[in-house]
Amino acid sequence: MSIDIETARRVAHLARIRVDEADLPALAGELSGILTFMEQLNEVDVEGVEPMTSVTPMRLKRRQDVVTDGDMQDKVLSNAPDAREGFFAVPKVVE
Amino acid sequence: MNANELTIAEARDALAGGELSAVDLTMACLTAIDAGTPLNAFVHATPEIALDQARAADARRGADAGALNGIPLGIKDLFCTKGVASQAASNILKGFKPEYESTVTSKLFEAGAVMLGKLNMDEFAMGSSNETSCYGDAVNPWKVDDRRLTPGGSSGGSAAAVAADLCLGATGTDTGGSIRQPAAFTGIVGIKPTYGRVSRWGIVAFASSLDQAGPMTKSVRDAAILLGAMAGHDPKDSTSADIPVPDFEAALTGDIRGRKIGIPREYRMDGMPAEIEALWARGREMLADAGAEIVDISLPHTKYALPAYYVIAPAEASSNLARYDGVRYGHRARLGQGDGIVDMYEKTRAEGFGKEVQRRVMIGTYVLSAGFYDAYYNRARKVRALIKRDFDEAFAAGVDAILTPATPSSAFGLGEMAEADPVAMYLNDVFTVTVNLAGLPGISVPVGLDAKGLPLGLQLIGRPWDEAGLLNHAHVLERAAGFVEKPRKWW
Repeated sequence: MSIDIETARRVAHLARIRVDEADLPALAGELSGILTFMEQLNEVDVEGVEPMTSVTPMRLKRRQDVVTDGDMQDKVLSNAPDAREGFFAVPKVVE
Repeated sequence: MNANELTIAEARDALAGGELSAVDLTMACLTAIDAGTPLNAFVHATPEIALDQARAADARRGADAGALNGIPLGIKDLFCTKGVASQAASNILKGFKPEYESTVTSKLFEAGAVMLGKLNMDEFAMGSSNETSCYGDAVNPWKVDDRRLTPGGSSGGSAAAVAADLCLGATGTDTGGSIRQPAAFTGIVGIKPTYGRVSRWGIVAFASSLDQAGPMTKSVRDAAILLGAMAGHDPKDSTSADIPVPDFEAALTGDIRGRKIGIPREYRMDGMPAEIEALWARGREMLADAGAEIVDISLPHTKYALPAYYVIAPAEASSNLARYDGVRYGHRARLGQGDGIVDMYEKTRAEGFGKEVQRRVMIGTYVLSAGFYDAYYNRARKVRALIKRDFDEAFAAGVDAILTPATPSSAFGLGEMAEADPVAMYLNDVFTVTVNLAGLPGISVPVGLDAKGLPLGLQLIGRPWDEAGLLNHAHVLERAAGFVEKPRKWW
């Protein structure tokens, strides 16, 4: 599977990573190389095999659906690049 | 001998006997850290915290002291430590100081440990040479010519710090070999526990179904002591196992008579260096001499472990790393006039993530995208099930542990892989990555030097939850190998 420049541009956008136009051909080449390496998986007979969901067979524990902590707005916001009036601030998202 | 050169077990006895104070021991490490700047192992030193903790440890000495009372450790930058920079070696987490403490570091502190500071690593633990770090390369204390060598990765700072006696032990994390490969490259011991043995809470996530934290130490006994303090159930990590933690140190009986050691034929790779082959053969002899039975086994899907890993790990990473969006913590790009929120995400992530992280996030995005999910991600998860089945069958046939090489070579020079394609670097994990995919415990033990004078390790793989038995096998291998060499101090 080889990745063309258009696919590389689309993947970069899906991943929310800005890539300069000039860098797209090199990126497409690198991604193609890695995908070619992965193509070995097509040699394996996986007929009837369930995809692994959990490496150790265990049941997830259950707990009461109750609030166990909270009331720490200052701590939640303390690392924000831009926090104002108790909120995370971001560029305008609604026109 | 300086106090920083002690093992954890030796220091514990000296502290308990009153021959050494935790403050003096900590000071010896802090002095070594200062002198060790050329290794670039410690990236955020915390001497004030260390001395406070050491003084508290000295005050506590006696019956109620924990298993690690007064023992100075280094902490990989991937662990969140309250009020102390925790960046996962990434610019995107620049300035991030967690408001909370990871479960592992909390447990270490409860056991009385002293934190000397945070250790260098590959960015988000993605790398095998510590060259993707935002702090620059960590450097291997082993040196045989004018080249600076890699300490391996991703836990390269941890490995360099322990091998150079800057600390008594360190925490590492291992997603595809990130504890065991650097341990082998620096002549120390590193164990990746069974998936679920150690809580992942408060450890920056890379690939959640593969990540596991473990100790990196100067001896197998130290690994047993440190793992005992790190392990245990944690309600905050739903994948942590609610089963008792045995006394790992007490399991080091040195008796492995009658134990069955599997030698997987698929690990004999084409083009494997003769030195690695010879080392592996010596390891087999050592275990046989100790009374173990050596049997050939087959793990037929070994060849497909790396490609499966390089689908699954980036897929999980692309999902885990979606949280770095410039909103809640870390870096946010400077925005231009009219830039909207998508511009903010894209510019922030382009500036904050290094090249290898960007590559893996994009690969992960691709294999999870509509139309490719079945072809790549689901197929890889099926192959993963087959890889685990290979191990299950070997253990069901009575094998107690499996012996393999730890790495395909000794440490290489920093910068030597810069022009190689990314897949060439991925091959470093060829012997270790199967263990993560199958969720098993694996340990790297230093066994000898190669012709250049650089350390080489062997890996032992254990049954799920049998770290105790695994450590005992490793203890026997360590004693038989008698590896006592240390890097010559050049820094």
